[in-house]
Amino acid sequence: MTAQAASTQALLSIRDLRVSYGPTEVVHGISLDVFPGEIVSLIGSNGAGKTTLLRSLYGVPRAKSGSIIFAGEDLSQVPTHQVAKRGLSLVPEGRRIFSGMSVLENLKIGQTSRADPAGAEEDLEWIYQMFPRLKERSAQRAGTLSGGEQQMLAIGRSLMARPRLLLLDEPSLGLAPLVVRSIFETLRTVAAQGMTIFLVEQNAHQALRLAHRAYVLSTGRISLEGPGQELLKNPEVKAAYLGGH
Amino acid sequence: MYVLGQQLVNGLVLGATYGLIAVGYTMVYGIIGMINFAHGDVYMLSAYLTAIALAVLSYWGLHSPWLLIVISLLFAMALTSLIGVVIERLAYRPLRKANRLAPLISAIGVSLILQNYVQLSQGARNQGVPTLIDGAFRFGNEQHFFQVTYNQLLIVVVAFFSMLGLNLLVSYTALGRACRATQQDREMAQILGIPADRVIAAVFAMGAAMAAVAGVLITLNYGSFDFSIGFVTGIKAFTAAVLGGIGSLPGAMLGGILLGLAESLFSGFVNSDYKDVFAFALLVSILIFRPSGLLGKPVVEKV
Repeated sequence: MTAQAASTQALLSIRDLRVSYGPTEVVHGISLDVFPGEIVSLIGSNGAGKTTLLRSLYGVPRAKSGSIIFAGEDLSQVPTHQVAKRGLSLVPEGRRIFSGMSVLENLKIGQTSRADPAGAEEDLEWIYQMFPRLKERSAQRAGTLSGGEQQMLAIGRSLMARPRLLLLDEPSLGLAPLVVRSIFETLRTVAAQGMTIFLVEQNAHQALRLAHRAYVLSTGRISLEGPGQELLKNPEVKAAYLGGH
Repeated sequence: MYVLGQQLVNGLVLGATYGLIAVGYTMVYGIIGMINFAHGDVYMLSAYLTAIALAVLSYWGLHSPWLLIVISLLFAMALTSLIGVVIERLAYRPLRKANRLAPLISAIGVSLILQNYVQLSQGARNQGVPTLIDGAFRFGNEQHFFQVTYNQLLIVVVAFFSMLGLNLLVSYTALGRACRATQQDREMAQILGIPADRVIAAVFAMGAAMAAVAGVLITLNYGSFDFSIGFVTGIKAFTAAVLGGIGSLPGAMLGGILLGLAESLFSGFVNSDYKDVFAFALLVSILIFRPSGLLGKPVVEKV
């Protein structure tokens, strides 16, 4: 990937990012890059600052210092609701679908920030193809879906924006292993179609297997970085995040 | 029998107007969780706007009653929407992150400002507008009958179509979806690119416009009003919203109709002096058995 790093410009480039909740600093100066077409994973245990890092891209909370450059533009002062227009789309921790609305309505909410509203129909078909369950249940209230279906809906909702960078926060959270596997399979399919993905996960095994490159975050700092396959074999990573197998 | 018929008609008309105003309370509560106590006074303003529109239009030589009604309606709706948006921007938005009590106090302040401003600038006396449409449908014989005046019919028909329109807007348009998404999870809506501040402003505009529909229709029906009419009517409409389940749009409409019917049946058959007592007693007894109102969802505390 170093050759790529030298030849192309990063899609997302974070430098010396510091983020606090009130007086407590959670992210202590992180730098990382995501290049176009890459799948990058960030693994780390609970409380390491993963979610905070993702949320700071949207300014909730705003970074205290450092820079967030997306496609050449500094995001650090962009209002929350305008970040999506720049081409980022977040699948948040806990899914946060609109449970009182239908599945189709949830997907339509996702297209709010599209650059080309005309292409929404086509993407809806694409998403329905990927997740036939969502098509079957398009008129159903989203709150009645199972956990795995809700996760698919959250991913579909984000894809409806046709983002340049798909951000995922713990898509495996609270799901059965079989469902997790199918979610990661879908992410692989989406990536194969040219989507750039930045994934934040506690499920290190799945996340590292999927990723081209990965970062390990521990207590607000990047402690390791490298190709996903390499980190899978790294003894430190094995001991700390892969249950020592 | 005829008394019952008459009271049902009166109750439905009263209830329709309560419903129109209740919608504003319920939508604002739904989206930002505050009771907009200035909403009744926005309704009051629309009565004055009706009088202004009628005066200006007849000065210009316009005398067709239907045209007068339609233009006053549009004029009052447009201006009250604007006022609703300005109130939100100046008095509530700066307090969005403050504790829940602060915007409530601010709302009471706005209510007092509006009342006192109108009292000072327009005078404390009753104001009036001319009768535009006269006449009624009568049912029964010479001695015993009940009637539906054309004005009453107009109120029910316009209220029905306004509610229907609002429901369609909220259920089937992108703005409606944005409103519901913002209501459920404002931060997530923003992350997905929905401009929540503008959506909230739109909700204030819609609520105010619905109150204006009620204000124009009631003004045309009763012919007189003063600066203080917003208070009691506002409290009643708020009661209707709570009765139906605050935060629920169909609930506000149902609550309005029920409250109107209850009030007018009580005054027709029992005692008209105690109708307000009865209305609020009804609210209390329903809340005892259904604390979140008739169509409201029980509040689930998020962990």
